[in-house]
Amino acid sequence: MTIPSQTVGPFLSIGLPWEDGPTVVSEGTPGAVWIRGTVTDGARDTVPDALVETWQADPDGRFDHPDDPRGRVEGFRGFGRCPTEPDGTYAILTLLPGAVPGTDGRTQAPHIDVSVFARGMLNRVVTRIYFPDNAEANAADEVLSSVPEERRHTLIAEKTEDGYRFDVRLQGEGETVFFDV
Amino acid sequence: MAAPTSDRLILPQYRRDPEGTHPPLDSPSYRSTTFRHPKQPLTLLPQMLTEVTGPLLGPGRLGEHDNDLTVQHDGEPIGQRIIVHGRLLDGDGRAIPDSLIEIWQANASGRYRHIGDNWPGPLDPNFTGLGRAVTDSEGRYEFTTIKPGAYPWKNHDNAWRPAHIHFSVFGMAFTQRLVTQMYFPGDPLFFQDPIFNSVPDEKARQRMISKFDMSRTVDHWALAFEFDIVVRGREASVFENEEDEDE
Repeated sequence: MTIPSQTVGPFLSIGLPWEDGPTVVSEGTPGAVWIRGTVTDGARDTVPDALVETWQADPDGRFDHPDDPRGRVEGFRGFGRCPTEPDGTYAILTLLPGAVPGTDGRTQAPHIDVSVFARGMLNRVVTRIYFPDNAEANAADEVLSSVPEERRHTLIAEKTEDGYRFDVRLQGEGETVFFDV
Repeated sequence: MAAPTSDRLILPQYRRDPEGTHPPLDSPSYRSTTFRHPKQPLTLLPQMLTEVTGPLLGPGRLGEHDNDLTVQHDGEPIGQRIIVHGRLLDGDGRAIPDSLIEIWQANASGRYRHIGDNWPGPLDPNFTGLGRAVTDSEGRYEFTTIKPGAYPWKNHDNAWRPAHIHFSVFGMAFTQRLVTQMYFPGDPLFFQDPIFNSVPDEKARQRMISKFDMSRTVDHWALAFEFDIVVRGREASVFENEEDEDE
């Protein structure tokens, strides 16, 4: 009975952005990193009318949510949202997530879930950001391992001066791995 | 407090929606999808802790007039005043309380207050077209707004979007995140709209159309439309019974 998804259209910036959306934690928070990137389409054009949303665990790998079976830990919003600029770029300021429990006693490498909405997209696409510093944990991660090796790099951010770079390519060469959740 | 170890991790799971509920990302009749749909198949992501949790965005996100789009400016906006109300539910009919609902829309002439919208419908200085509400303990929400107009766009020859209001909801979990559009009953433009018709399943498509609600009209004031927003339901699960064993 779910209501179908529809596009956010070109004018999503009327309704969706918040002033503090891009800052999951406020500027000056110790350990905060910028995750910056560009959304591009299959014509290699940048996408100026997209919205990037992020959802993640806190640095201890816990969620401020009643369905975290380890008990809710309040205080970390964990949610970021940034519309793309006219040049297709977005930026989210956050703290790196910790490792998160997976299935069968395994541990997932630190990751951030991402939704991308845009004009021309009738449903969001979902991807994950992993971090290059965690090579060993990434190699053992059950989700990352399920992705063909030659495409895995699209899920791993690049280290930059003030944080990380994570580009989203909606289509074509270097297309980002998107997930069916 | 004894936290369960990760090998005891038993999580709720959210049912995937039946085929045809959501539009294919590649929908050629909506031209803008051409370069914006992935060509590689999606990778199946098992629902784990990150996916079954999600941002719980409640009252802290609301300003005073956020659910009444007709009083956000000095004067009254032009157009037909309407009340849009309904419930936020999951696929099993469970209400989702304390949850943020965001809307945005064109004004009565079909024009968005946006620098990129330059079709010659008049702008209304008293209408921005942005609304927010938080559901109550029974999942109910309500907006007062102006009925949006239809507007032309460039998708195909003589293309017009049916009147619609954009809705954004979060539900309880990352898996339930939904952005949709609410349409109005009896709109004559449905037949030629590739966005509305991108939804393959006829019944699912009809669920995007609000119902005229005479019982909630306000005499000499506003028409009313009812729109229940249903997001994915949870799988029946034993996890609730097993919680006690963790003590």
